[in-house]
Amino acid sequence: MALLSFLFPSKPKTASMAKERLQIIIARERNGRGGPDFLPALHKELIEVISKYTRVSPEDIKISLDRQGNLEVLDVNVVLPDA
Amino acid sequence: MARIIVVTSGKGGVGKTTSSASFSSGLAMRGHKTVVIDFDVGLRNLDLIMGCERRVVYDLINVINKEATLNQALIKDKHCDNLFILPASQTRDKEALTETGVESILNELVNMGFEYIVCDSPAGIEHGALMALTFADEAIIVTNPEVSSVRDSDRILGIIQAKSRRAQTGSEPVKEHLLITRYSPKRVAADEMLSYQDVQEILRIPLIGIIPESESVLHASNQGNPAIHFKGTDVAEAYEDVVSRFLGEELELRFTNYEKPGLLQRIFGAK
Repeated sequence: MALLSFLFPSKPKTASMAKERLQIIIARERNGRGGPDFLPALHKELIEVISKYTRVSPEDIKISLDRQGNLEVLDVNVVLPDA
Repeated sequence: MARIIVVTSGKGGVGKTTSSASFSSGLAMRGHKTVVIDFDVGLRNLDLIMGCERRVVYDLINVINKEATLNQALIKDKHCDNLFILPASQTRDKEALTETGVESILNELVNMGFEYIVCDSPAGIEHGALMALTFADEAIIVTNPEVSSVRDSDRILGIIQAKSRRAQTGSEPVKEHLLITRYSPKRVAADEMLSYQDVQEILRIPLIGIIPESESVLHASNQGNPAIHFKGTDVAEAYEDVVSRFLGEELELRFTNYEKPGLLQRIFGAK
């Protein structure tokens, strides 16, 4: 097997990977284009509020906006530190 | 009625200037009075690609600042009687490129009887690129079959749809055309490169042409002659097709299929 692949090296087929990655990122960027771009500000304020009451680091707060059909899902994920 | 066409891409180095030079030459060769404007203030290069770099005296910014008339700044192309080049400034501040300045130059060009005004955009999405696309009636989006170029093309399309004069005034939207350059059918066949169908499926705008990857583009820029003048080369014919389609002809795509070289071809190394 090793000899075969040495004699006939196969080049990686990567075009389909490129297409898949592009479809995802472009769909996301197009979604962000239309509506008001409040996510960064919301993110910042959420961090401020949450860290007022808990000792959570900014990296432990993840926020994302996804579209599922006609629904927009705002996903806020906070990892609280061990007490 | 004059048409203003912006040639843009977002990403740099994908072939905007090469395409602007060949596209405007092609229009002029078919008898249309055409002007091609370099909007890349500070990094002018269209003059080199058109081979008129030693004849530049005045530039776009000189005209905007009324230090020269438009007639003084326009350079007549060495190949086509109907083609004129308006070079960008090499030294001046980009801020001199004002929206009112650009608008009045475009109006003057229309009054001079130019049928097609081709705006060669700088890379990026900053001021110069914005000025190049603001007054466009049509846009040629130059894209390489490669992830960063496709993404940037989508970005620039979003900007055209939001910031162009046509978008701002709510009139008929800018007509968009996809031009894929540096296309290698061989690598597409090997699933190493995005196919034109892939790129089109992602960007969702009509295709105006495919320019194959070719050595002749470098030969052309080395000599300062637009690639469309190299008769018989794939690239020249592909650009001719782009011009024909732009003018309304319906042509089949060419140079998109890879044919495996035969045994003899491989032995004798014919291309």
